[in-house]
Amino acid sequence: MSSTFETVAEVISETSDIPVEEISPDAHAIDDLGIDSLDFLDVVFALDKKFGIKIPLEAWTQEVNEGKASVEDYFVLKNLCARIDELVAAKAAG
Amino acid sequence: MRLEYFEMIDAVQSIDTENGVIRTESRLPETSPVFDGHFPTYPILPGVMMLEIMNHAAGYLIYMRLKRERFVFLGGVKRAKFRRMVEPGATIITEARIDHDGSGFFVASSSVSVDGTTTADAEIVMIATDFPNDDLRREFERVSSGIRWPADMVHP
Repeated sequence: MSSTFETVAEVISETSDIPVEEISPDAHAIDDLGIDSLDFLDVVFALDKKFGIKIPLEAWTQEVNEGKASVEDYFVLKNLCARIDELVAAKAAG
Repeated sequence: MRLEYFEMIDAVQSIDTENGVIRTESRLPETSPVFDGHFPTYPILPGVMMLEIMNHAAGYLIYMRLKRERFVFLGGVKRAKFRRMVEPGATIITEARIDHDGSGFFVASSSVSVDGTTTADAEIVMIATDFPNDDLRREFERVSSGIRWPADMVHP
């Protein structure tokens, strides 16, 4: 069973045409990988389907805009994976 | 239907916001400046306008699903095929279905058909966000209330 990061890296590689070996846990999806907001929707769509969750992108964006969270909290891949794990756990808990 | 004003839908035949499906009807005008140029002596509906009709059908579905509170617009086209010519005066039936309800976006599949034959189909990404101003919100309400809705559906 692949890890959350491996799955996220595969999705980003497929949707954004980035070689998987260039995708690291410390990479910033926007600053390092150059994924723009519309391309990120494709990533989120694929991740929603892969993990059976609904990534709350609007709420995250609002938190960043209001200064309640940093962009890195959600868009550095290791942090994104941690958020995904939380959403998967919350879903499993019902 | 007024192509030049992007009023693409005449009637909603059926809509199920919970299950995410809609079926609409559009009667193409016999004449339009669009047909004058596309193409001279051989008027057919441009494929990009078939795409726009699918965009509007999916858009009305999502707009109503979100209780007319969000600004819905086309964000991307994942796939589109234009399979048949559509001539002036044709009655176009458009079906759209929500495939994915994401956070601030939707993925929908849609098709248009004439006389039971599919003329185009597409998979599109629709963005749903706050209205940028109240005037646009009112304009959305005005245009949507100007089309025919199913008799069992109350629409202001």
